[in-house]
Amino acid sequence: MIKEFRLPDLGEGLTESEIVAWKVAVGDTVALNQIIAEVETAKAVVELPSPFAGVVAALHEQPGTVVEVGKPIVSFEVEGDDGGPAGSETAGGAGADAPAKREPNLVGYGAVLENSGRPSRRARSFAAPAVAVAAPAPVVEPVAPVVEPVASAPAVAEALPAAPVSAERPRSTPPVRKLAKDLGVDLAAVTGTGEHGLITRDDVRNFVGGGDLPVAPQDLAGVSTQAPAQGERETRTPIKGVRKFTAAAMISSAFTAPHVTEFLTVDVTPTMELLAKLKASRAFAGYKLTPLTIVAKAVLIALRNHPTLNTRWDEATQEIVQYNYVNLGIAAATPRGLTVPNIKDADRMSLLELSTALTELTDTARAGKTAPAELSGGTISITNIGVFGIDAGTPILNPGEAAILALGAVRKMPWEYQDEVALRQVMTLSLSFDHRLVDGEQGSRFLQDLGAILSDPGMALAMV
Amino acid sequence: MFTDDAGKGGIAAGGPGNSAESNRRTGGDLVQLVTPGGERVSHPEFDPWLQDVTDEQLGALYEDMVVIRRIDAEATALQRQGELALWPPLLGQEASQIGSARALRDDDFVFPSYRDNGVAYCRGVNPEDIVKAWRGNALAGWDPYTVNVATQQIIIGAQTLHATGYAMGIQNDGADSVAVAYFGDGATSEGDVNEALVFAASFQAPVVFFCQNNHWAISEPVRLQSHIQIADRAAGFGIPSMRVDGNDVLAVMAATRIAIDRARHGGGPTFIEAVTYRMGPHTTADDPTRYRDANELEDWAAKDPIARLKSLLERKGLLTEDLETAVAAKADAVAKALRAGTINMPEPQPMDIFKHVYSTPNSSLERQQDHYSRYLASFGDPAEAASEEGAR
Repeated sequence: MIKEFRLPDLGEGLTESEIVAWKVAVGDTVALNQIIAEVETAKAVVELPSPFAGVVAALHEQPGTVVEVGKPIVSFEVEGDDGGPAGSETAGGAGADAPAKREPNLVGYGAVLENSGRPSRRARSFAAPAVAVAAPAPVVEPVAPVVEPVASAPAVAEALPAAPVSAERPRSTPPVRKLAKDLGVDLAAVTGTGEHGLITRDDVRNFVGGGDLPVAPQDLAGVSTQAPAQGERETRTPIKGVRKFTAAAMISSAFTAPHVTEFLTVDVTPTMELLAKLKASRAFAGYKLTPLTIVAKAVLIALRNHPTLNTRWDEATQEIVQYNYVNLGIAAATPRGLTVPNIKDADRMSLLELSTALTELTDTARAGKTAPAELSGGTISITNIGVFGIDAGTPILNPGEAAILALGAVRKMPWEYQDEVALRQVMTLSLSFDHRLVDGEQGSRFLQDLGAILSDPGMALAMV
Repeated sequence: MFTDDAGKGGIAAGGPGNSAESNRRTGGDLVQLVTPGGERVSHPEFDPWLQDVTDEQLGALYEDMVVIRRIDAEATALQRQGELALWPPLLGQEASQIGSARALRDDDFVFPSYRDNGVAYCRGVNPEDIVKAWRGNALAGWDPYTVNVATQQIIIGAQTLHATGYAMGIQNDGADSVAVAYFGDGATSEGDVNEALVFAASFQAPVVFFCQNNHWAISEPVRLQSHIQIADRAAGFGIPSMRVDGNDVLAVMAATRIAIDRARHGGGPTFIEAVTYRMGPHTTADDPTRYRDANELEDWAAKDPIARLKSLLERKGLLTEDLETAVAAKADAVAKALRAGTINMPEPQPMDIFKHVYSTPNSSLERQQDHYSRYLASFGDPAEAASEEGAR
């Protein structure tokens, strides 16, 4: 016999749900409790287990449709009649026109069957009043509740202390999370294009299509943030996620590319003055300019004369790849660990464009939304350790790149200036390069040029 | 007189150092007797309490856990099929519920929360009676006095007060049974639970506070609720506590036996924190992926209570084909009966509402009952009513 399954109220008082996907087709044999569909309610995406063992006779609703609770969604051909839900047999044609007995829709509320309005009471049997007065129907005007604007509300919200927990997960909807789960995508790595950064189905699909990052997506969220219990003398955290990926990359880089690091300390006072001037200028109003912006531009200019620092050692083909473009990587500390997203074709950008790209890149990285495409294909990198107040370091190359520049903190130091000791703004540049690709001479000259630009930005004119 | 007793011999006498006297532990390290890999670890304090557990009983504990997981899965499916309005899954907490419930005597009295369906099963509640209230067919599924289990409490933590009051009654009766309150980590932040702990300590009532720390109070993680271990909260009330691996059925059983024995012999209340994990949603109306890290779930899946006992049985050579077949058959039979019992459950009738209000006749209620039955009669035949409406 045919049995119908009507959409139940899946979560305490819901009136409708959306069919997300069918897991069975007409003609399929299904077992009891076999998952037949995914349904999204206002609360969650849930899987519907089949209430019968039998053969799917009809699917009444298409994926994507919002179905009212109580409407049949699927029919089964079931052998015999052993213990199906009471009242779930198909009503056949009879139900359509006969004024159906109000049949409770399984359990829960929200089920609205037609013809089931208020049950009418039988007229009482006392005598009717002698004169029936045709009283005008009372007009009920809906009165809108007056809501006083709560002026203090925003202030209260601001006064609340910042939540101590880690960054919030990107916004998405249950079906999208389900899709991401099915495709093995970590939503934290997806950039949302919907309203308020909402991640859509297309975002997830595009991510899968465009992603070529060799990171197991699930791993990205893997760094444990558990606080050590009191008295515990060591805390063991499983190595996974970004930490694991970073470690593998660092090992492969450190043990394949022979690193050389050189340092140069420069009086960057003129650069800082230039920065102040640019910030005040109308052209740069509203843009975020930092020493990093200028150094990045300087690197791009200096690279023109020293292209060997923008190369790659291709072990497999035994070739040196010379890039005729620059994808400038910027090391970023993110809530999930170190990532090095890069700015594509940075060499073709004006200072304005570069500053915009840098701001976007760091904001995206900090929000944990860097797309894999932005993480791959870098050709040279910069790491800004100065923001931590550090002067110099020996950075390890981003795998596959020939050079990485570490930017130290800008400090006021007593420095030789016009043959006298003056308080100047000084910065140390640390440049690591792959000695297979770059000789000491080339590396040194590049660093020298970089220093020349930063200590006298006008020198850039001589290099372009 | 009981306050005097407590003053003399109880731990209220002289500051926190009291918990160190005798063998009372307070909080402390997590006690684990079976590792996640199924290896039995010896523990001088806990092992003596398990000496009488036979191989056969180990098999029975395994069966219990498999069966209640199956009841849980079936009830979850029944909710998705519209047969239950709501269901609070216990997935992951099987060892905590079975290990503790199987340590009780029949005349001990259990005060459970809504999630303690495995405890109810152990006490002999018929599975279809467990789901009756979730189907909306009754206000409560069973008569508390036939199984010595109160009806499941929906208000968070309120049952701890009931248990403490019941335990004080046991004292007045001079009986040696024990009241056991089941609640979760979130409940320990509730006023009711704190009041219950105060009274239990003051009166040295024979009550066991069994807290399943499943790490989530709906969407609120336990680390936000308590900056110390939950078990250590008991120390503030002068109640000794234990912190056991709630996914280790033997550790839970031993701890419960220790606590029950202490209460039975006038030693007063004990607080047990069973550290476990709610693997499923808060209820079927909840979406835990909105607030829970998938990695955390994965970590706890590796500590599964049933897999752990299964490995122990395997190591001991007790996991025979016969046992597995019998356990599977039992789970199937219980699930089948649960399903049939649920979907064929008689619908409650409107007049049922008057049934359990008073235990003795009450004239005021009888008048209301009479009015209501006449009101219902005024509708006449529902089919007729519908056609009348259509004619208008």
